[in-house]
Amino acid sequence: MSEPLLELSGLTKHFPVMGGFLIKRRVGSVHAVDDVDLTIAPGETVGLVGESGCGKSTTGRLVARLLEPDRGTIRFEGRDITHASRRELKPIRSQIQMIFQDPYSSLNPRHTVGSIIRGPMEINGIEPPGGREKRVRELLETVGLNPEHYNRYPHEFSGGQRQRIGIARALALQPKLIVADEPVSALDVSIQAQVINLLQHLQREFGIAFLFIAHDLAVVRHFSHRVAVMYLGRIVEVGDRTSIYERPRHPYTHALLSAVPEIDAEPGRERIRLSGDLPSPVDPPSGCRFRTRCWKATDKCAQETPPLVRLDGNAEGHLVACHHPMDPPKPAEPPAEGAGADGSAGAPLEGSLAPGGAAENRSG
Amino acid sequence: MTTATWTTEPPVRRGPGSFLAVRDLTVEFTTEDGVVRAVDGLSFDLEKGTTLGIVGESGSGKSVTSLSILGLHDPSTTTITGEIWLEDQELVSADRAVMERLRGNRVAMVFQDPLTALSPYHTVGRQIAETYRRHKGGSKREARERAIEMLKRVGIPQPHLRVDDYPHHFSGGMRQRAMIAMALVCDPDLLIADEPTTALDVTVQAQILDLLKELQQQTGMAVILITHDLGVVANTASEVLVMYAGRAVERGTVREVLREPRHPYTWGLLGSMPSLRSPVDVPLRPVRGTPPSLLAPPPGCPFHPRCDYVDVAGRELCTRERPVLTPETGHADACHLAPEDKRRLAPERRTDRKERA
Repeated sequence: MSEPLLELSGLTKHFPVMGGFLIKRRVGSVHAVDDVDLTIAPGETVGLVGESGCGKSTTGRLVARLLEPDRGTIRFEGRDITHASRRELKPIRSQIQMIFQDPYSSLNPRHTVGSIIRGPMEINGIEPPGGREKRVRELLETVGLNPEHYNRYPHEFSGGQRQRIGIARALALQPKLIVADEPVSALDVSIQAQVINLLQHLQREFGIAFLFIAHDLAVVRHFSHRVAVMYLGRIVEVGDRTSIYERPRHPYTHALLSAVPEIDAEPGRERIRLSGDLPSPVDPPSGCRFRTRCWKATDKCAQETPPLVRLDGNAEGHLVACHHPMDPPKPAEPPAEGAGADGSAGAPLEGSLAPGGAAENRSG
Repeated sequence: MTTATWTTEPPVRRGPGSFLAVRDLTVEFTTEDGVVRAVDGLSFDLEKGTTLGIVGESGSGKSVTSLSILGLHDPSTTTITGEIWLEDQELVSADRAVMERLRGNRVAMVFQDPLTALSPYHTVGRQIAETYRRHKGGSKREARERAIEMLKRVGIPQPHLRVDDYPHHFSGGMRQRAMIAMALVCDPDLLIADEPTTALDVTVQAQILDLLKELQQQTGMAVILITHDLGVVANTASEVLVMYAGRAVERGTVREVLREPRHPYTWGLLGSMPSLRSPVDVPLRPVRGTPPSLLAPPPGCPFHPRCDYVDVAGRELCTRERPVLTPETGHADACHLAPEDKRRLAPERRTDRKERA
């Protein structure tokens, strides 16, 4: 595997909760992101899914260094940017760009499309051959907008077109990584598909790596090479697309997948209904954070935090944080297939597949 | 499985017979820029105990339809023509007093965003009890008991304690449950749910959809489910009405519309949605362009500027003549394509996503 473009290790962000009358003091903290490890290879798309409040947007903002992490490190192209100052960040900012969810509030209504897209070039003092205006017109064309609309204002465009403007702005500096935070969830279904196709096209053409944050599991599956599932600030399962969607092992991943309403659901699809809502991130459950909604939870889950590890029978890079993982769907022909990246530490590990969901066998 | 039928016979004085019958409904808003025809000649029927899913993008008129059934429009800027029959009662011509007795009582609504639909100043219990007292009378104590019972029915834990909570104490899913409790407190015959799960997470969405189904089985009410998500419709509704630019472009049972869609717009909607099993390396097949402005809708078929098959059906025809929803009953669509063309083109679009896997 090549050198990762982005490497997060032990990334943690807690937001203070202030309370008290007159004199505000810290009474607790929101555990938004806790001990997150994640890598993104150049040109790779990593999807980050989870319910609202699970910390996926905070993770995105930490990666773009719009927030500073409390603990852990962020490495971009091998360089530690965890606590880099504004000046140190400046050259890196142009490499990491962001696309926001709401195309209405993320564009300045008083600026023309041209100046919005030109902005990043001006700030970074970039003078592309042929001038900035020419480059902006090219970008408009790349994202499927009419270059003639250079002097129009955002309110003259529809939601889907505005999202394209946001994408053009993100592309202006030829970034290596784009953090896309729910880029299509505010759009209508037919427009959503147009934007997904555009992003996918750009990803292939320019080899941009994406951190694709979304709650729609079908969209994430369509767009991402690898997927990380987050629950209450922690990554509970991460792996390549096939592993996560075909052979999920964490009960939460199973529950999420079975809750997606499908048009042509296969008959006999498993149906798991979680009860209740996400617990408060101010006071997350001890041990495994999913245990309060998990049907397999035992005392152990309350006491020990399950580490994110590779289980028996999983493809390489498919990590699960669970004391009692689900059985893989086809025990007859366990790992190998679909795990193209196998080879070294991978391969079927000794030890049978753990029976009855009480799997303890792990490989470090 | 289908109990609803569609007929276009002019309704006689006692109504057209079905539980809810909408006939040639047209809703126009007067705006600064001109007249917007949000709903244009819409007709459908709904029987008790069944669920009609109304699907469409923003601006397709699906929410306006539901608001006009409830009479929740601003009469100074809105012109409604056509008829809405709730059994023997015609609603378009009904006066305010009649509608006020009906709303929250026989016809109730669940909105998309429970945080804005619930009053932040009153406890959840009080808001539920108020609806009950307004329509059914009874003492405060009785109404409170009823509110607790309703909260219990919609699956809120410790209802006798939560009844005194304010909406902000509830999570998103619980608020939506509280809204459903409020809507159902008077045992309505018709429940209109306008994007009831759009603001919720998938796991909570599944809970709420299950709850709605369960409550419908218990009470036998009719449900209109407005959504943009065909997956939600496939899991909850028995019939579907696909709307585009204020018009119905296709209707039928869920199976008919989702398995054998006939209208190019329905094909586009289905092609736009990735599923958990579709091949991943094939680009999605979105509908090109954007929805039309309702201030100046395109002539002829409103979908023709975005349609890939205008030349198959005849450009002249599509741009000049507005297609009508045919046949009058059963699986119908409003498109100029010949039936054999629809059969030929539709399956090709639906299956090629799978074949290329």
